[in-house]
Amino acid sequence: MIYEGKQKIWSDYQKDIPDDHYFYVRSCIRQSFFPASEATFLDITRNRLGKDIFETEHHTTCGGIAYHSDTIPQETVMTIIARQFALMAKHGYENYVCSCITSFGLYCETLETWREFPELEAKIRENLWKSCKLEFAKPKFLIHASDLIYKYRNQIAAQAVRKLVNVHTGEPLKVVEHIGCHYSKMFPSKGVGGAEYPYVLVGMIEAWGGEIVDYPERRHCCGFGFRQYFIKGNRGYSLSNTHKKFESMEPFKPDLIITNCPGCPYFLDRWQYVIAESTGKTYGQDGHGIPALTYEEVAGLVMGYDPWDLGLQTHQVGVEPLLDKMWVEYDPAKKFLGKNGKDLGAPAPCACLK
Amino acid sequence: MVDFGFGLVPSSRINLDLFDKDKYRELVKIEPDARICMACGSCTAVCTAGKFVHTSLREAIEDILNAKNDKALESLQACQLCGKCSMVCPRGINTRHLILSINKVYSAK
Repeated sequence: MIYEGKQKIWSDYQKDIPDDHYFYVRSCIRQSFFPASEATFLDITRNRLGKDIFETEHHTTCGGIAYHSDTIPQETVMTIIARQFALMAKHGYENYVCSCITSFGLYCETLETWREFPELEAKIRENLWKSCKLEFAKPKFLIHASDLIYKYRNQIAAQAVRKLVNVHTGEPLKVVEHIGCHYSKMFPSKGVGGAEYPYVLVGMIEAWGGEIVDYPERRHCCGFGFRQYFIKGNRGYSLSNTHKKFESMEPFKPDLIITNCPGCPYFLDRWQYVIAESTGKTYGQDGHGIPALTYEEVAGLVMGYDPWDLGLQTHQVGVEPLLDKMWVEYDPAKKFLGKNGKDLGAPAPCACLK
Repeated sequence: MVDFGFGLVPSSRINLDLFDKDKYRELVKIEPDARICMACGSCTAVCTAGKFVHTSLREAIEDILNAKNDKALESLQACQLCGKCSMVCPRGINTRHLILSINKVYSAK
């Protein structure tokens, strides 16, 4: 293939990511699962990279979790989203960055629906004014927070104190990247690399010195699936999805999983515990699991943040083997201490998962 | 082991590389009607043995096509050859003959 032609094709898989001035919206579930990830994102972008990232305490959930669970109608969700966009415009921003992949997918879906059905947009505009007395607005650029970290990946690498390298062997860490389904499977043109070659996490791993693991079920869902998890009778399907992924990646002996979705790190992490405790099977070395981290946590690790400040103790799978491989200094005694030094209490030990 | 109230569901993965083409050709040679079944399930609905133990010609044919020969034989194990299924088959398949043929071809090691 002609190199220039290949470059041109690849350029079609890129998206515009503005350099600065963003309105940031948090994820409703992420703050419960991995609370330090969003704080790390804000600290890196604002204080380490000097970007203008604004957030307001007045924003709400996007409604995605209820929408995908079939409990609220689409027009309600659209009005919630219109309110979020209106808050952005009210504070003088036109670039919208969200922390959650489900939100990102839903924002894309809503903007596309408004484009296809202008009469629906007019109705939502009216709903917004009637319910909130806010002026309707749409973002000029809509991006996911991982897009922003991807854009700044080389600047982060320049400030890094360590790489994704096993210091004992000198080899790059084998990293599994898992993209949230709603990132680019729904609207391929909205993601870096599209649905066929999603590059957003691969770019980070390459920039920070890791090695990508390409395994058969790489693009398979993490198993969250909303109703598959929320309804207990369906939960076995959620678990089986995750099991399928782990069985597929196990022969490649990954050191780490990096994700960009709120649900994925949670299920890739917690279901390892359930699989271990119900079947006795573990996927890491010597009875350990494979740590499933968010991209902010990985960025924080390479930039030299304290692992307990990054909230790595909130993961079910112990991260200590990974920290040892990367030569990250940590104090085991401080693992379950709060920010104020108060003992939070350690969870009960697992029977099978170390 | 901990019981969470839910667990892994059996894999539904079908590996078509395991499909035994030679045996299927042999079956079709002696029983061409094996190809015309449309899996409507009428045979299973009227099956006398099926009221008491799992018996299903429809599933047996599907299992053969999905490379699960042993499961196909299990589905036909309780058949009494009463012939009710042949009376209701909308494609006019001689089901008794088909069941005997499946047993003959797929029981042979």
